[in-house]
Amino acid sequence: MLLEVEGMTLAYGNITAVRGVSIAIPEGSLVALVGANGAGKSSTLNAISGLLPISGGAIRFEGQSIGRLKPHEITRRGIVQVPEGRRIFGRLSVEENLLMGAFSRKDHAAIAEDRDRMFELFPRLKERRRQVAGTLSGGEQQMVATARGLMARPRVLLMDEPSMGLAPLVVEQVFETIQSINAAGTTVLLVEQNALMALEIADHAYVMEHGEIVLDGAGPALARDERVIAIYLG
Amino acid sequence: MSTLVERSAAGETVASWTSDFRRGVGAGLGGALVAAYLGAVGLLLMMNDRPVVAGMVTLAQVALGGIALVAGVLAQRRARHGAQPALWTSPLAGLVAALVVLAFANLILAVNLRSIFIALTPPLARLISFGQVKSLGGAGLFVAAAMVLALAGGLLQRAPRSLRRLILPAVTTVLVAGVFQDFIKVILQSNPVFRSVASWFYGWDGLSPRGALTVFAIALVLAAIPRVARGRAAAPRTGVARFAPALVLLVALILVPLAGGPYVAQVFLLVGLYVLMGMGLNLELGLAGLLDLGFVAFFATGAYVTALLTADSPLALASYTMIPSLSFWAAMPLAVLAAVAVGILFGVPVLGVRGDYLAVATLGLGEIVRIVVLSDAAAPVLGGAQGILQIPKPTLGGFEFSGPVSLFYLTLVAAGFAAYCAWRLERSRLGRAWIALREDEDVAQAMGINLVQCKLLAYAFGAAFAGLAGSIFAVMVNSVFPSSFQLLMSINVLALIVVGGLGSLPGVALGALVLIGLPEALREFGEFRYLFYGVALILTMRLMPDGLWPARRSRRAPVLVEPEGEGTALGANRA
Repeated sequence: MLLEVEGMTLAYGNITAVRGVSIAIPEGSLVALVGANGAGKSSTLNAISGLLPISGGAIRFEGQSIGRLKPHEITRRGIVQVPEGRRIFGRLSVEENLLMGAFSRKDHAAIAEDRDRMFELFPRLKERRRQVAGTLSGGEQQMVATARGLMARPRVLLMDEPSMGLAPLVVEQVFETIQSINAAGTTVLLVEQNALMALEIADHAYVMEHGEIVLDGAGPALARDERVIAIYLG
Repeated sequence: MSTLVERSAAGETVASWTSDFRRGVGAGLGGALVAAYLGAVGLLLMMNDRPVVAGMVTLAQVALGGIALVAGVLAQRRARHGAQPALWTSPLAGLVAALVVLAFANLILAVNLRSIFIALTPPLARLISFGQVKSLGGAGLFVAAAMVLALAGGLLQRAPRSLRRLILPAVTTVLVAGVFQDFIKVILQSNPVFRSVASWFYGWDGLSPRGALTVFAIALVLAAIPRVARGRAAAPRTGVARFAPALVLLVALILVPLAGGPYVAQVFLLVGLYVLMGMGLNLELGLAGLLDLGFVAFFATGAYVTALLTADSPLALASYTMIPSLSFWAAMPLAVLAAVAVGILFGVPVLGVRGDYLAVATLGLGEIVRIVVLSDAAAPVLGGAQGILQIPKPTLGGFEFSGPVSLFYLTLVAAGFAAYCAWRLERSRLGRAWIALREDEDVAQAMGINLVQCKLLAYAFGAAFAGLAGSIFAVMVNSVFPSSFQLLMSINVLALIVVGGLGSLPGVALGALVLIGLPEALREFGEFRYLFYGVALILTMRLMPDGLWPARRSRRAPVLVEPEGEGTALGANRA
């Protein structure tokens, strides 16, 4: 397993947000974590990124425990989050946002190469490379957020609600991009409320409810699972 | 049908008539209120002692005329969705303002309020009504003049923008030439070529009428040149043109103190020290977004360390330890290093504090430093309230930096070096990290930014700049006292970078010039300095929230306000 969450518990003060969650993410896979609002998906991602302290259980990356590391140390190991709501740096230009993504890298030549690759992947961003990112449209900002995440050359990319607030057509583009990133060898953990779409492209998926994993299985199979349909459509 | 339409049209006319009437009266009352306030606090009488054009107009009269003019402008201002108010609202504003001011003047003469408002004297009554308070005819003249001025203001507001862009700079230039005549005369006297020019503009008692007209004409032409040139070739501003304002500012900074002598140099020296501190705080606040109201502590550290290492006094380290007495040049880097150390110590306890709480925490830390310096416990080392005296001036070769002129150039070199560092820092990896930190602390961490290291570096660099300024300050005044390092100093630095434009380097220089240089040059208004600060800050916030010289980054970008404080993790504050 590349990344492994085992029996993890998270608490905000006295309130337990996540209880005994276990997730296994093999190298090169696309794993989805779906569930309703407030199920604990984002908290799980933030715990993996080191932004939330875990109160129980363990997180292991390549067999080593990373549960107690600082956020920047975890990023340096190759676990990179593309946060919910895009949260790009509005005052920095598009290009500077991408360079921020590569903040923990020192290989300047390769960083420039990666930047050019991002501009190939998202031609829109190349047109606007000098523009202040806060002035971009929602879809373009999601591109910046995704490209910024990829600039870290992540081993694992954690994507939090990449479809949030985007037009349906743009959502499809975003999902295509995620699939192509995964096809190119990056392991992806995708958190989505837009469950059915996420399940369709996932190798393996977990369904969360009230801070616990209630179901897991192959993505497309889960998409047709009665219980999932019951949760989302019933 | 048709009668109905007519009636509603008539109703609309009445409605717009009443709203215009209200607008005019409101603008007039506002103007009168400002005039009465300036009179009551004593500012007008003081301004009356400063002539703008010799024998013709004083600053107080300009201010009163300006109030009538501005009342006329405001009366013409379009409401947010409203139509253009009728032109008669402007003279109406002038009428109302003049009548209220006249009533105020009569009140001053009739009732003795001097036990409360010491400035409400008969001279003020005469000044505020231009001596026309006695006769009915004179009062009529006064009212008519106010109405004409307000009408002029209204017409100016309606005039095309290009015309306003010609007239306003020209009028401002005349005002500057008049108000700062002492300054300008000293500079002109320094050179025989200038001296002959000076006699055209300035008589023995100030700016002459012909001089004022000449200045107005020259400024008008200078303001017209770029418009004409741009009309001919609509080229985008590139290269030299883009940096021209900054270049002019720099040349002025270099030459003016040399020509102006010790007093002018002293003013510029103070401006320079504040520029140094402003650039330091700009790194903390402008880039990293760390509000710091204890900034003066770093300045004090720089000053005290310089004093301890170089002073010729029993408190100097050399007199009771093995540490030798150092020269300024050796002590300055140590002072900067000490300030950096204090900066880091300062940063550690406030690492996890954000926003308003950070302001309060840093304010407390700054005060702690001052009180510790003042305390009996530290008195054997730091001298307590008596401070440390006899700090020698720096020398280089055989040359002593004794006067304000030479010290100004020392400051200029230091500020130039600091500006270069700040400029490089902003474009560096660390600078981007600071901006990212300010934008979104959580995401910045997720990008791999070491929060602790990054914040402490911001405090350290900011403190270095302030320590450098403090070191020069110590040799400037030859002594250091705890009372020199008040909270107000931190607030001044904060105010000048806000007015100049957060995160903007030329903005720091401009802000220091406006907030430190202007009050220093208009010494006699010293007690109104903080009134001026307040007005300047409010006007900046209302009219140009990005400051006088906005930073490159804020010019186009909308400010994305993220909820701050709650939750430490991504998305946690909106889930």
